[in-house]
Amino acid sequence: MTALSLPRPTRRAAFGKIVLNEARLTWRGPQGLVGGLALPVLLLAIFSLISPFRRPAADLGGLTPLDVYVPILIVLGLALLALYNLPTPLATYRELGILRRLSTTPVPPSWLLAAQGIVNLCVAVIMVIIVLAESIALGAPAPKNLAGFAVAVLLAIVGLFPIGLLIASVAKTGSSVGVIGRVVFFPLIFLAGLWWPRELMPGALQAVSTASPLGATVQAIQASAQGQFPPAAPLLVLAAYAVVFGLLARRFFRWE
Amino acid sequence: MTTYMASSTSPSYPEQTGTRPAVEITHLRKTYGTLVAVDDLSLEVAEGEIFGILGPNGAGKTTTVECAIGLRSPDSGTIRLMGLDPKTQKDEVHEIVGVQLQEGAQPAKLKVGEILDMYRSFYRDPADVGELTEVLGLAAKRGDYYRSLSGGQRQRLSVALALIGRPKIAVLDEMTAGLDPQARRDAWELIENIRDRGMTILLVTHFMEEAERLCDRVALIDNGRVVALDTPASLAERARGGKTVRFLPSAPFDDRLLTEHNEVTRVEHQGQHVIVTGTGELVNVVLLSLAAAGVTARDVQLDSSNLEDAFVKLTGKHLSKKEEGERP
Repeated sequence: MTALSLPRPTRRAAFGKIVLNEARLTWRGPQGLVGGLALPVLLLAIFSLISPFRRPAADLGGLTPLDVYVPILIVLGLALLALYNLPTPLATYRELGILRRLSTTPVPPSWLLAAQGIVNLCVAVIMVIIVLAESIALGAPAPKNLAGFAVAVLLAIVGLFPIGLLIASVAKTGSSVGVIGRVVFFPLIFLAGLWWPRELMPGALQAVSTASPLGATVQAIQASAQGQFPPAAPLLVLAAYAVVFGLLARRFFRWE
Repeated sequence: MTTYMASSTSPSYPEQTGTRPAVEITHLRKTYGTLVAVDDLSLEVAEGEIFGILGPNGAGKTTTVECAIGLRSPDSGTIRLMGLDPKTQKDEVHEIVGVQLQEGAQPAKLKVGEILDMYRSFYRDPADVGELTEVLGLAAKRGDYYRSLSGGQRQRLSVALALIGRPKIAVLDEMTAGLDPQARRDAWELIENIRDRGMTILLVTHFMEEAERLCDRVALIDNGRVVALDTPASLAERARGGKTVRFLPSAPFDDRLLTEHNEVTRVEHQGQHVIVTGTGELVNVVLLSLAAAGVTARDVQLDSSNLEDAFVKLTGKHLSKKEEGERP
């Protein structure tokens, strides 16, 4: 990327156009914003209508199930963005020969990866803000440690997106991303506590959950919601996923 | 074999003296495992020339251009595009070369104008989108989604993307593959329109009609080698060992009237018709000699062989016959 011979303003304009077109595709895509954005927002609204969800529960440490589910739903959105929204277009572009076509222009095809990353990062941030605002409107407390919350969310994105890039590396077509994504998504979201909150998991399962990317994210976000800076363990887990999967994706990503 | 009404084509070689070749390929070799795709291929394309690479499927055409534009690394041999090495000077090469690849698709839900606008931003001195879409007949489609385009329109967009950076060299790989005859003729007209812009065009094709119509010179490729390189007309003439004029004379005449000319190799009689075989300006020689003797020729037909004949003669194969794919 550094060997580019184009002048800097041209490069900046070119990258801007690529990001703009990726944003348009995300906006126009059929599934694009449903899973990663609409689903957590809708689920939170539905959960708030179930009255037991709004009563504090002793086995949840005095929290309401709704409070417990806010981080889980944020993680659900992040996981869908990372495991489906990010890799699907990349695998499709390779399948259609777009990455190959781009590599005959002065602009490297890796910019398309970067643009997809930026667009999904923006969608993720918007999703988190909407879910947070919605939860506060529904009576859940705002995160008491906002900086810790931001660190947890950003590190989750940094840890989860490389997993999506690895899926884009091994998937032959855009539609096979859906298959691989599903195989990866369901165990991970189970460990995050979508069906069985982490607080209620037996000790061994909770340890596995903490070592999983989505479980670590839930743990980090919950800690910040309750006023602490996220503990080192989940942050280190996420950083490890970022490094390992980042290197694997770099090693295995094919441009054609 | 095609039969044309009396007409002669004058081969015009491009002016090559004193200019650096736009494309220079020397002893190119590229193998995929045990398959030799390109085997010692050399050719030179002059600046401003429309140069055809013609051959059957699997001849090594696509591999050759993919090496030329830096998509593949040759095993050996050298390639220079305007003096630049596509292997070590990729970025510079990508700035001066516009490429249209086979099977080049775009995202279904981008609009034509958005795709063009994005590719336009990759170049220092790009073409005007309005003018380009006008020339390519896409002006009315700028606001349409890619998925709504017909095959011919997609192909034209792909040509537009090859030209949007105002390249010095345009590489068009099977530009008219999969197009219906009308769309194919439209595409040819388009190339004829842009040939005046001084752009060098490398046209990969297995349609001999396309090469005959558009190319200044053609390299016939078979088994990864250049088997012949010349103007389409000369190649065709070479294949047949000459051309044939067939006519109905108004009166009997002595064969020696014609055989005394160097251009004439043979005179035959077929019923009342006369068939003269020869080379060069054969039609003029025959008609003028007859006229001088007070004989008029009616029903004149010039049989000339075409590139397809040349190809069959040189390789023993047919161009259009479907063989195994280009790539491994």
